[in-house]
Amino acid sequence: MIDANKDGSGQGQTPPASASDRRAGRNRRLRGIAGTLLSLALTLLGLLLVTFIIGRVMPIDPVLKVVGDRATQAQYDAVYQAMGLDQPLVVQFFRYLTEVVTGDFGRSISTGQPVIEDIKRVFPATLELASLGTLIGVSIGVPLGVIAAARRGGIIDQIARVVALVGYSMPIFWLGLMGLLLFYGILGWVGGPGRQGIIYDGMVPHVTGMILVDSLIAGDWAAFQDAFSHIILPASLLGYFSLAYISRMTRSFMLEQLSAEYITTARVKGLSERAVIWRHAFRNISIPLVTVIALSFGSLLEGSVLTEIIFSWPGLGQYITKTLLAGDMNAVLGGTVVVGVCFIGLNLLSDLLYRVLDPRSK
Amino acid sequence: MKHLLTPRAILLASALAIAPAAYAETPADTLVVAATIDDIITLDPAQAFEFSGIDVTINLYDRLVDFDPMDLEAGFQPSLAESWEVSEDGKSITFTIRDGATFHSGNPVRAEDAAWSLQRVVKLNKTPAFILTQFGFTPENVEEKITFEGNKLTLNLDKPYAQSFVLNCLTAGVASILDKEAVMANAEGEDMGNAWLSTNAAGSGAYTLGGWRANEAVQLAANEDYWQGAPEMKRVVIRNVAESSAQRLLLEQGDIDVARDLTPTDVDAVREVDGLKIQEEPKGRILYMGLNQKDELLSNPAVIEAMKHLVDYEGISDSFLKGIFVPHQSFLPKGYLGALDENPWTYDVEKAKQILADAGVEGGTITTKIRDLREYIDVAQTLQASMAEAGLTLEIEQMTGAQVLDAYRAREVPIFLGEWGPDYSDPNTNAATFAFNPDNSDEAQATGLLAWRNAYAVPEEMGAATEAATLEQDSEKRAEMYKDIQRQYQEEAPIIPLFIRVANTGLQENVENWTSGGTVTNAMYRSVTKGE
Repeated sequence: MIDANKDGSGQGQTPPASASDRRAGRNRRLRGIAGTLLSLALTLLGLLLVTFIIGRVMPIDPVLKVVGDRATQAQYDAVYQAMGLDQPLVVQFFRYLTEVVTGDFGRSISTGQPVIEDIKRVFPATLELASLGTLIGVSIGVPLGVIAAARRGGIIDQIARVVALVGYSMPIFWLGLMGLLLFYGILGWVGGPGRQGIIYDGMVPHVTGMILVDSLIAGDWAAFQDAFSHIILPASLLGYFSLAYISRMTRSFMLEQLSAEYITTARVKGLSERAVIWRHAFRNISIPLVTVIALSFGSLLEGSVLTEIIFSWPGLGQYITKTLLAGDMNAVLGGTVVVGVCFIGLNLLSDLLYRVLDPRSK
Repeated sequence: MKHLLTPRAILLASALAIAPAAYAETPADTLVVAATIDDIITLDPAQAFEFSGIDVTINLYDRLVDFDPMDLEAGFQPSLAESWEVSEDGKSITFTIRDGATFHSGNPVRAEDAAWSLQRVVKLNKTPAFILTQFGFTPENVEEKITFEGNKLTLNLDKPYAQSFVLNCLTAGVASILDKEAVMANAEGEDMGNAWLSTNAAGSGAYTLGGWRANEAVQLAANEDYWQGAPEMKRVVIRNVAESSAQRLLLEQGDIDVARDLTPTDVDAVREVDGLKIQEEPKGRILYMGLNQKDELLSNPAVIEAMKHLVDYEGISDSFLKGIFVPHQSFLPKGYLGALDENPWTYDVEKAKQILADAGVEGGTITTKIRDLREYIDVAQTLQASMAEAGLTLEIEQMTGAQVLDAYRAREVPIFLGEWGPDYSDPNTNAATFAFNPDNSDEAQATGLLAWRNAYAVPEEMGAATEAATLEQDSEKRAEMYKDIQRQYQEEAPIIPLFIRVANTGLQENVENWTSGGTVTNAMYRSVTKGE
């Protein structure tokens, strides 16, 4: 609380007593939260506006998706009006915003369902996939990066570099298909495309929508194994791509730390190399690393489109792409809001972790 | 966080990653189908008009008349209507509804349900409604035109249409008979159950709806009380699998019984696998080339004639379209009344050159829009090459399907490559769109007619012949009339049928009696069996 005064530039006057000091601190924190919320709302608004405009200028006719190729002009016009497309853009956008505020994302024209229902169905699928992918990426990528930096130029460093290079340059659909062919088609180690084997389809009661979690809740071990055998390959694929990024970032963060003075000091003090690396250097890089991991998780959430298509994974990436190509703006905007909220949420979270992990903020 | 990163944890993770999968063979009483089903937007028969949507509804509902999946050639057969009579003046048909058929709810199928279902289509007036409204029904008059009494249902038509024409239309998905009580109990406002039926079903068909998750799967369960006997497959699961290679892998691994969208390469591969088979069936979809008559060059009859000789029919269907398209140069698919099995044009660049030279056409450039689908782009590029030899330049802009369709409906595509599938199983379906265009003005906005989209002013006598053919009671004469129209069409029309699609379905060897519906209808599961 004493520190709060130092950077309390907005306060104008020095608070004389500790009671008002606390009040000022609370006010500032509240204002901080309000500010965060405001910028969050503005970010979302901007996101929606840009997506909306892109959707409207896109040369795709959403009405045709609804009425099909064979409709008469009268049927076409009726749907055109029902969708509100005869209104000026500003009116359409404003109307959409008012609906969104009340939690109504409208109806998707590609599925005929309320967008919110669609998202409830597809988002857990992607969340499950991206989480496991990130978990794999982190648990391999971070140690790989650390070791690569510690033994710079060594064999592990070379391997890490090749792994990262391949991860960047290999087309994901090709790798996915090859993976399917090898591990499912030839070796038979994993399940095929889809989230579950047919016999388990719809057997596990829907709780979170994430089948791994739901089958554990239901205590259905066989369903869990089945779901795991289906998710492991696409998740490993995504994990590989995130590990390529994470290991490279870890390595460069680590190299930077290892050349710092305090490391030399620690070594001079006779600390073991292991302690130097893990206790000192790693501790310091864990802070920027959190941001890297959060960003990588975010990009898996929105960027797993090809993986989802190859593995027939009915998730958000597939949903947004399909609806975008159909000019289905309610669905695209709904999906965008979800991705946007996730990114903002991840940013907040990594901010928060920053504060927890960074000793200077204490 | 630290404990996550120990070597032991990594080892454990990789051990989990290669743990053998629990395998799921398809159960003996379940049919598992992989197909691209992301086109479904509703399961209401009055509205569904996408391939996959109709594939589902055709199994959930019965119609007054229907196909026998084991004998599609036989045409329409009695179904919920056990018999029918045509009045003397030919303007009304009275159906007798069969006794003992029940809906999935247990309600008996009544003439009242049938009349209400057909009226509902006309009143809702969704896209496929034209299949019924072409007989003179309007939302205003339909209650007087479609009537019932006891177990009799009467359709009062505005003209003495050919009986085969009316009955063929009644085999279409839009003519499905719905359980009035069940639907109306779930109606919202004036929608006559439209919203509810998009994800629910109230039919009397061989299957009940287990559930539909958009872009994911459709589940059907056998109707044990089906009036034609319970189907052998107790469960049908249709999984959305977009990739042909994924479908093939699933089939090879025994995780699915049927793969419906295999590319030529995968078809060849599946043929080689023990325990699998490929079933070839002609489909009704015609790949055609539309030459827009608004284009000065393309409206020249010599250019139209020359273009017919610039398509390498055999070369294309033997190479990149191998197995999925075969040459077909008339607008009716095989299997239709009056279908013409004559392919008069051959690939002949010299002849095309001669035709152009005789007419004094010296070169020219056409810029067109092509859908960015491998098949169409390949065809367009082959055409581009042969046109170049004849001194014509073709410039191709690739676009998404939705974009091209949009421009096509606005009459803005000079050379259109696309497919047309019949809407119902009567020859009029294609005749009325390829060879009928009563008003060729921009204002007419007859966007549903291919002739209009290509600005083809169909000659008056051809239009009249197309209308007359719908009224001819003698089926043989009627067939001849369609043959004549097609021959004349081949002579002069700027819309040129090129190929017809072939369905290549990959099946487990034990799957018997599978049908994709041939050229006339859709996939029907009630006949399917699985041997040992």
